[in-house]
Amino acid sequence: MPDFLLEIGCEEIPARMIGAAAQELRERVVALLTRERLGGGEVASFETPRRLAVLASGIAGAQHDVTEQITGPSANVAYKDGQPTPAAHAFARKAGVEVAQLETISTPKGEYLAARVTRRGRTAAEILAEFLPKEIAALYWPKNMYWRKTNERFVRPVRWLVAMLDGEAVPLEFDGIQAGNQSRGHRILTDMAVSIPRAAGSAYVDALRNAKVLGRAEREHQIRKALDAASRTIAGARWREDKLLLDTVVNLTEFPSVVLGGFDPQFLMLPEEILVTVMRDHQKYFAIEDEHGKLLPHFLAVLNTDSDPQGLIRHGNERVLRARFNDARFFWETDQKKSLLERLDSLKQVTFQKDLGSYYEKTQRVQRLCSWLNEQLKQRGITVRPGVVHKAACLSKTDLTTELVKEFPELQGVVGGLYARVQQLDKGLPEATRLSIADAIYDHYKPESTDDAVPRSIEGAVLSLGDKADTIAGMFALGLVPSGSKDPFALRRQANAVVKVIAEKKLPLRLSELMRDARTGYQKSPATSKFVDERKYAESNATFFRERLEFYLRDVCGYAYDVVKAALGADADDVGDALARAQALKQVLHMPEFQAIGAACKRMRNILRQADEKGIARAANFEALPDSAPEEKDLIAYLHKSGAKVEEHRNRKEYLQALQLLATAREPVDKFFDKVMVMVEDQRVRANRLALLQTLLKEFSTIADFSEIVTEGKAA
Amino acid sequence: MKSTTPSPLTFQELILRLQTFWAERGCVLQQPYDVEVGAGTMAPETFLRVLGPQACKVAYVQPSRRPADGRYGENPNRLFKHMQLQVILKPPPENVQELYLESLGAIGIDLRQHDIKFEEDNWEAPTLSAWGVGWQVMLDGLEITQFTYFQQCGGVDLFPISAELTYGLERIAAFLQDVDSIYEIIWARDPDSGRVVKYGDVRLADELQFSVYNFELADVDKAWKHFELCEMECKELLERYGELKESQDSHPVPPKDGGTREGHPPSIKDKLRFPLLGAYDLCLKCSHLFNILDARGAISVTERVGVIARVRALAVGIAKAWVDQQNAQTKGGSEQTEPVAQKKTQPRKETLSPVS
Repeated sequence: MPDFLLEIGCEEIPARMIGAAAQELRERVVALLTRERLGGGEVASFETPRRLAVLASGIAGAQHDVTEQITGPSANVAYKDGQPTPAAHAFARKAGVEVAQLETISTPKGEYLAARVTRRGRTAAEILAEFLPKEIAALYWPKNMYWRKTNERFVRPVRWLVAMLDGEAVPLEFDGIQAGNQSRGHRILTDMAVSIPRAAGSAYVDALRNAKVLGRAEREHQIRKALDAASRTIAGARWREDKLLLDTVVNLTEFPSVVLGGFDPQFLMLPEEILVTVMRDHQKYFAIEDEHGKLLPHFLAVLNTDSDPQGLIRHGNERVLRARFNDARFFWETDQKKSLLERLDSLKQVTFQKDLGSYYEKTQRVQRLCSWLNEQLKQRGITVRPGVVHKAACLSKTDLTTELVKEFPELQGVVGGLYARVQQLDKGLPEATRLSIADAIYDHYKPESTDDAVPRSIEGAVLSLGDKADTIAGMFALGLVPSGSKDPFALRRQANAVVKVIAEKKLPLRLSELMRDARTGYQKSPATSKFVDERKYAESNATFFRERLEFYLRDVCGYAYDVVKAALGADADDVGDALARAQALKQVLHMPEFQAIGAACKRMRNILRQADEKGIARAANFEALPDSAPEEKDLIAYLHKSGAKVEEHRNRKEYLQALQLLATAREPVDKFFDKVMVMVEDQRVRANRLALLQTLLKEFSTIADFSEIVTEGKAA
Repeated sequence: MKSTTPSPLTFQELILRLQTFWAERGCVLQQPYDVEVGAGTMAPETFLRVLGPQACKVAYVQPSRRPADGRYGENPNRLFKHMQLQVILKPPPENVQELYLESLGAIGIDLRQHDIKFEEDNWEAPTLSAWGVGWQVMLDGLEITQFTYFQQCGGVDLFPISAELTYGLERIAAFLQDVDSIYEIIWARDPDSGRVVKYGDVRLADELQFSVYNFELADVDKAWKHFELCEMECKELLERYGELKESQDSHPVPPKDGGTREGHPPSIKDKLRFPLLGAYDLCLKCSHLFNILDARGAISVTERVGVIARVRALAVGIAKAWVDQQNAQTKGGSEQTEPVAQKKTQPRKETLSPVS
């Protein structure tokens, strides 16, 4: 049971791609070993910026021999007068056996010739040499290249290959490179080739460790330890945890260490957001904070080398950061020369989308849409300060013209908020109002992902909704609906944000109304000539937002599939209401009553549909007729008794109580269906019963589409 | 002085060392191209050399003008015109990364004392319809070089590919000399008197005056006219080459008016002597005029995309024609008889200096 090692030595692989590629290569090797009946023990991966490796322990040295029976021509054809015919000879030749070794077997179709053939298992070395190159070539890369031949593609040029079974090299070739047992160590810390003695995991890992190359987990551990140690040299300080940054630096190093650097404390007058963005996004440094979370004038840089004996590396990094901070301060100061308000006009020069006009026009639409939102919320008892929203909307995009945002596009919104905080926006504006405006601008791109927080204030939330609804409306009206992986304007992310803001701020808004009004904002735009008609617009929006709401309920709130389907089956337009219904449904869905009610709902729906198809009329209202069956009368009585109460709960959005009450309908409903025939000859009775079913079904399905439950359960 | 060598290199020594290093490794040292370009990549020594099958190794310093980046000489890190040292290795040798690291040793950087990283950075130039993949090379947190494997240029898939190394000379010099402002870089030191000339002495006026010109005084209407004239002439040249190409492809055709030398049917020779390099200069002028107009704020956002597309159309047209011309040259060589084959080398002498 030999151990197998494969190492693809490569020029530096982009940090963001290493993890997924290593995992895929491992999976491909596992699948290959399984398919070729060579599978054995553990299969581990090992990856650094310059190599992807897979270590498979205890694989089969060769496939087992396999004996198969091959069926040949029928016995009638194969023998004449007891003598083998040419057909028998041909078959024997094909199977590679003597005619005398052929057997006759019985099959349902009669007697046939058969041969037992033993296929010799191939060695692991043969199989790996043949198939691994294809697996390597098939690895997925978000962006790849060619360097030797146009049809050979990989993420960066491959420079060496190690493929070994125990101590023996496997004769494998990929892109003109012959595999052997020679790997390479750290670029700078060692210049020698590294001989791998054996394929065993420990031998490989040790050989590389001696050559200053560590595996992923070891690098992460070493970085964390070094970050801790460096932070401890400053009293009360800690480094700011940052998973993404840590991942990046782990994948940029083969042998990491950390240096602590400092910067002039006077840069702390710049907002922390800017300092951190420069350090994290541009320099890949970790920020350091004190025990209260306040930024300290230090940073931690992760190096791809073992030490900085002369302090040159620290010095160099400090120099770069100083230049970057100087730039940021220069931009900050330059930007102050022109207030946000004065920048409003320049937005006419900034295109929002080629058909939808400039950001100036967008600003005007968003202001209008926000006013409408304010009005809606006010009518439903939610107080929004219209002046704050209006001013924030007006200034929300002006930071796009600032030097700072041109330099750090990821800080749009944040920069506007920071500038609004230090500028006089209007004469006589109270301090508190100004800060609220600043906060709303600062937050209005939020939430940027499902993990991100929603805007802090209601005004920020309204602006966030207005901005995003305007974008989605414009794109959908142009027919630019996201499909599959095509979503260049990140409309899904924006719609997810709309749903999340409405849900978490508990806003009584209907998505369809929001989107209808958002489209109205484009009325005077020349783009309307390219717009799809309103029905198509409403339909594509409804489908799109229903998916987003489904995603929110399932992936963010964690509701089960059928709960979500049932809840959205009743209505997917009122986010808060859908949430409340899903919440209640989750608690009662397991009750047997609802399984039965689900079946009954399906039945009612079918009956009503068939009646419609046949053009059979139903009564406007149902009533207890003299010749009504007792079960029918009971059900009517039940509806009269409970209907109003259910209605009351529903109006108060007490869905759990409403559902618990509805559960009691099971008995009269079941009895009704057991004993009463709906589609009877008597027209009056029939119409009355249909009206009864209609009311009943409506009663149930305003909370959930219970038929969705049955399809998943076992009660059907 | 926090550098690894006792006396850090002056700016001109830095250039000399890098040039010597690459000359010793077989590169032809070209001189800077004499038409305004935004990057060393745009010089014909890169843009045209990377096309077609011929191997090539070349290195040159290219002053690169980016009007919008000017800061009136007030910002210590930003320049209207910076200098790149550009190396093209076609095809790239297997040890190209190691060669590059060696070149850092040649300018006094002891890698054992520093932190070097190759971080993903894929290059793309929409105006040239060109792209490649590669890295930004980070030295102690400073980006000192763009390292790119070209994949496409002028919309043409490349084979063989080229490796392009672009050293940011000001950044490297400021690093070596440990100064915080580009203008403080020592450009030259008089060996006798020890007197130094700084970057600011050589270039500050340049930065100030061109910032004023590019941001304030460049005549927008005239720049547009220049742009249109250059574009028109470039297009006309490409059209004429296109006519040559067509008549070449099909059988004897009566000479078109102005399409070839009068009275002669078009021949490979007509094609080989056709001034595509002249057309490319016109394209470069358009690109630079676009940059000036952009810095003047004369191009609205909506126009911008359209103007870039116009420049790209020229670059793509030239790249395709250039490949065709190169092919004609190879074909011509194999088909024609001795005396003509001798003449074949003529056009190349007129155009680009031969390359090892």
